[in-house]
Amino acid sequence: MTTRIYVPCDAAALSMGADKVAKAMAAEAQKRGLDVTIVRNGSRGMLWLEPLVEVETTQGRVAYGPVRVGDIAGLYDAGLLSGGAHRLGHGLTEKIPFFARQQRLTFARCGLTDPLSLDEYKAHGGLEGLAKALALAPAAVVEEVTQSGLRGRGGAAFPTGIKWRTTLGAAADQKYIVCNADEGDSGTYADRMVMEGDPFVLIEGMAIAGLAVGATKGFIYIRSEYPHAFGVIQEAIRRAEAAGILGKSVMGKGPAFHLEARLGAGAYICGEETSLLDSLEGKRGQVRAKPPLPAISGLFGKPTIINNVISLASVPWIMAHGAKAYADFGMGRSRGTLPVQLAGNIKRGGLFETAFGVSLRTLIEDLGGGTHSGKPLRAVQIGGPLGAYHPAHELDTLLDYEAIAAIKGMLGHGGIVVFDESVDMAKQARFAFEFCAQESCGKCTPCRIGARRGVEVVDRIIAADHREANRVLLDDLCSLMTDGSLCALGGLTPLPVMSALHHFPEDFNRPALPLAAE
Amino acid sequence: MDAAQSKVPDFDEARARLVIARLAHLDGALLPILHELQHEFGYVDARNVPLLAEALNISRADVHGTISFYHDFKSAPQGRHVLKICRAEACQSMGCESLVTHLAQAHKLAPGETTGDKALSVETVYCLGNCALSPAAMLDDELIGRLDADRLDQIVLDATGMRS
Repeated sequence: MTTRIYVPCDAAALSMGADKVAKAMAAEAQKRGLDVTIVRNGSRGMLWLEPLVEVETTQGRVAYGPVRVGDIAGLYDAGLLSGGAHRLGHGLTEKIPFFARQQRLTFARCGLTDPLSLDEYKAHGGLEGLAKALALAPAAVVEEVTQSGLRGRGGAAFPTGIKWRTTLGAAADQKYIVCNADEGDSGTYADRMVMEGDPFVLIEGMAIAGLAVGATKGFIYIRSEYPHAFGVIQEAIRRAEAAGILGKSVMGKGPAFHLEARLGAGAYICGEETSLLDSLEGKRGQVRAKPPLPAISGLFGKPTIINNVISLASVPWIMAHGAKAYADFGMGRSRGTLPVQLAGNIKRGGLFETAFGVSLRTLIEDLGGGTHSGKPLRAVQIGGPLGAYHPAHELDTLLDYEAIAAIKGMLGHGGIVVFDESVDMAKQARFAFEFCAQESCGKCTPCRIGARRGVEVVDRIIAADHREANRVLLDDLCSLMTDGSLCALGGLTPLPVMSALHHFPEDFNRPALPLAAE
Repeated sequence: MDAAQSKVPDFDEARARLVIARLAHLDGALLPILHELQHEFGYVDARNVPLLAEALNISRADVHGTISFYHDFKSAPQGRHVLKICRAEACQSMGCESLVTHLAQAHKLAPGETTGDKALSVETVYCLGNCALSPAAMLDDELIGRLDADRLDQIVLDATGMRS
């Protein structure tokens, strides 16, 4: 009887040599005359263990990692195929504390299955949500999503159901579903992982959205930095069409739904929803003024739902298990689960899906194991490059949109980047402006010019050039950018800057260094 | 620069027209076409602009505006291999800037530059989505995690050593 060995094909696993490991695993088995089947699964999310090799045993799947090619002969010697003990062994995958303590709803299948196997997708609950949606009236589907309390997981946390209701109520000959897969925030990779590890869940979520609002066409806009995800999604769309899930009639029962994957072109701003729509139309990715809302006048001027990958990928679970089951997770106005992404200088970095309400300290210290360097933690940035920097004493804050907002931060897409004591927060503040200047679409003045002036002002503060006067100027500039920018790029760049200044003033008060020669 | 330009493949208008004709029917066709031209020729030659304007019935200014907006579309060919080094926050927290310094000191190569033999171009990128395994980089389409100076030396050596 053949033994199944799982070696992930997720890009993070590939970046640590998973392809070579998979090949060597197969070659070594053949050399030893062992009957094994290598399955390329998605990632289980324990990225510090990648490549995480799993073996299917009678007790369940046993994990080994991080596996290098040089470890493979030793693993077979140790009785890998029956889950034998080895220094890289972690026992049953699902008993590893980092995994066992999660509430995996959206990522339930990710890492479990071959991402492109529709049979495995169905065997693990796939398409149940779509089948339920097909039996309901569009307004009832929208109501279910509204009742679940799902809020946009891309960062803005706007109630998904309200967006959908607006588009449902808009009369038009054509409506669109657009998936925002332009995941450009540093410290985030949940979109990439679900697209690579369970692409059908996103396709199913988009098909449900199409049914709910009467849209017959969808686009997935994927950043070009994600070539692996783009490849997997394209193939998944082909297979979903061939199986009749997509196409002229959704699952042969519903109206039409056609889906296309499109590639971004290296512009961070295209993660902003209206820039993304302009980019999809073939234009410069510049921000549009709102109103009109995309829900009423979006892609090509038609009513458009534009949602983040995780928002759409959460919908099949909500439809299959009911709004109440989803809303039972979480706290306050943050319902359901969030895939937290632990990143940067952290010992055990990875994706941890959990109900809202867990503390940042639990995530970073208990689960993440503290810093990778072993030095004391000094700062964490939450919510990407537009999120605030928080000092260690704020880690008892709970994972909740409102709780993070209360400490003048932003939960955003759930990325947490850890820095140890070697970080220079004045440099981080300068970088926030530099990044904004680099990536500004140029449409509004506060962002286009403000970011450049911001770099100069921070440089003067670092150089002790009229420090007090420049502090006042920086405050003024930040208020102007916050109040006067057209979108979140210019509007939120002051958040990392001012939080760095507020929490770590000592870094802005050092003896003057000469200005960097650039 | 002269030597580099002499290596620019001749712009083949017929081939460009074929690419454009194949994709022009798409909704919002410009970006998919530009990606295909970039893939086919290794850069987007300015001589594509009037062809695109005509095929899509938009102005040359609109075409030029779109091409110049996006980092991915290059106005001249890059090196045979392209190394993108992530310099966003997660990678900063793991010392990516010291790798950029190493590249400059050991190999006289800075982001935005190409080696003299056109073997390797180095670029800055902000986030490759490998933030739990920083510092990250991408060599052509291969994602690299936990990049260090030794691996960087090896990449430069392999690229400049294997002239295709």
